[in-house]
Amino acid sequence: MARIFTAKVVTANALIEGDVIYLTADDQWSRDLTQGELITDEAHAQLRLLKAQSQVATIVGAYLADVKPGDNGPEPTHFREDFRRTGPSNYAHGKQEAEANV
Amino acid sequence: MYKYNDFDTAFVTERNAQFRAQVARRIDGSLTEDEFKPLRLMNGLYLQLHAYMLRVAVPYGSLNSAQMTQLALLAEKWDKGYGHFTTRQNIQFNWPKLSDVPDMLDALAEVGMHAIQTSGNTIRNVTSDHFAGAAADEIEDPRPVAELIRQWSTDHPEFQFMGRKFKIAVGAAAEDRAVLKAHDLAVRIVQNPAGETGYQILIGGGLGRTPMIGQVINDFLPRADLLPYIESVVSVWNQIGRRDNKYKARIKITVHEHGIDDIRARVKARFALIRPSFTGADQELLSEIKAHFAAPNFRSGSTAAYGAAYNADPVFRAWADTNLAEHRNEAHAIVTISIKKHGATPGDASADQMRAMADLAAEYGYDELRISHQQNVILPHVHKSDLPALHARLKQHDLATANIGLISDIIACPGMDYCALATARAIPVAQQIATRFDALKLEHDIGHLQIKISGCINACGHHHIAHIGILGLDRAGVENYQITLGGDATWTANIGERAGPGFAYDEIVPAVERIVEAYLDLRSNAEETFLETYRRVGLSPFKSALYPEAQKKVA
Ligand code: HEM
Ligand code: SF4
Repeated sequence: MARIFTAKVVTANALIEGDVIYLTADDQWSRDLTQGELITDEAHAQLRLLKAQSQVATIVGAYLADVKPGDNGPEPTHFREDFRRTGPSNYAHGKQEAEANV
Repeated sequence: MYKYNDFDTAFVTERNAQFRAQVARRIDGSLTEDEFKPLRLMNGLYLQLHAYMLRVAVPYGSLNSAQMTQLALLAEKWDKGYGHFTTRQNIQFNWPKLSDVPDMLDALAEVGMHAIQTSGNTIRNVTSDHFAGAAADEIEDPRPVAELIRQWSTDHPEFQFMGRKFKIAVGAAAEDRAVLKAHDLAVRIVQNPAGETGYQILIGGGLGRTPMIGQVINDFLPRADLLPYIESVVSVWNQIGRRDNKYKARIKITVHEHGIDDIRARVKARFALIRPSFTGADQELLSEIKAHFAAPNFRSGSTAAYGAAYNADPVFRAWADTNLAEHRNEAHAIVTISIKKHGATPGDASADQMRAMADLAAEYGYDELRISHQQNVILPHVHKSDLPALHARLKQHDLATANIGLISDIIACPGMDYCALATARAIPVAQQIATRFDALKLEHDIGHLQIKISGCINACGHHHIAHIGILGLDRAGVENYQITLGGDATWTANIGERAGPGFAYDEIVPAVERIVEAYLDLRSNAEETFLETYRRVGLSPFKSALYPEAQKKVA
């Protein structure tokens, strides 16, 4: 039986800052998961991953992360991706720092 | 304090310049990540969950105040205002930018520090007793030997691309404060019955997914044979150690598979071959190094001020009772500064705190500091009459927590909050346990108890050798925590026993509480420590306390 393909986003770390980033549908890198392209087709996912991996001077370690569709775009399905999306839980550092400062 | 000579300085400067060029080529895209990764790891630079992480070596845990002040500068200028002290006497910076790392390394070099061999399959930072040079129970200061090994191993051509990392620790005291038995190779400075000083060598210890306790390969090695002997051990392992599976590529597996006697015989043969190439230059170097570690000129003078404060101030007394250790000079004490304030991240110090500790070392501590594998900072030499003033100053910087060796003095690895390899969080579990027992006001009554937490099977948080060990795992997409009991990190080292099924994130603190309550019920008197009680009664009563439901079902 074929595996059921679950929704994905392409994620990586930014080369200079190391921040967690997501590939958007219009080929940009966003720091915000909700702006990531929600990919539901396996062949398309592979193409998008290849596209990301070719950007050696911009990003590091691209991979496909499991997500599910939410009201505001993709949402993580595993706690690891949830931490990557927000930042560590001992300090308001990482992405949550920017949010805390708005 | 060891001072770099011109050769060392030139080596580090050249290495930094090389790395600066490599970073530039990575940023302009002429190096791919696959090409760059081994180069950055050779310079202590990791990529973690949210950012890069720079791991800086504090060889054998020794620092002077200028070095500590410089670490504060790095934290402030290129990070988020703090640094994280680790179980391997390193400091990690969690948020540097790739483009800033060359500047950070140059800043470190200004004070004789670097990040070389803090990662990669090489001989890692040589660690030692954090009370070295001060402890009342040591035969001699172990740091000159550690420094000799550091110099020999740094950039040693045979050991730059081994199957796996290799960790060496050196100790010289009656008590083991360097976890010697959990190292790939441990050097213990000992005296034989004839009163000669030499080395006992242990190999094959290690934690990770297959924890093992080191075994003695040589009971008494003459001093002049140390480097050729260690070189023989590492090269035998480099040769016959497994490379087919990275989890089996540690010397503990080689020792386990071949047996210690077989390894001993191979080392002996190798030693016979290479011993003649060591013509004594290493021994000359050792005496030169020793001169750098001469003890400070200890002040004499009355210690009455200490006794007076001890009798008058209960807060000072509580701190003195837990955070001071016996110094070899009677007028002095060893001060452990807890960077484990209840609810704080174990091992984190802010730039302000680092600077404060550096200033206090300069004022009261003959300019010396140490980092412990328990993630605390030590002022090894403080005259007792200065202790009340020191304590008052520590209070101002939130550094006067009186909990060394107690239940809130927890070792915790970064876990899922920072580490790319983690399977669960470790830091918030430590924070909650410390806060909970602080609220219960039981900490001092419980006495000596070590809790150690790792966020994955790599065991960076030493959970296997904790009295209460906690290992965070991923069970079907949720955090789950497995408990081991009865581990020990000292001469009587052993690996803890698994208590049973793991606990969910919100069940782990109550579970620890049940273990501690069981101990308080089971101990024969207030002096019997948790480990002693455990050794007397075994796992079973603790298991009943941990899993009351299962108990009911059986009944
Ligand atoms: C966050 C970045 C870190 C990474 C990627 C990392 C990686 C690893 C890995 C892969 C191992 C397993 C080694 C093996 O069994 O072969 C290991 C073991 C270990 N690490 Fe870490 N670690 C990190 C942080 C730390 C920290 C913060 C500490 C100290 C608090 C630490 C101390 C240790 C120790 C003591 C071991 C046990 C080594 C042994 O097997 O004897 N590591 N680490
Ligand atoms: S034990 Fe695992 S989670 Fe913790 S620091 Fe080591 S590798 Fe990371």
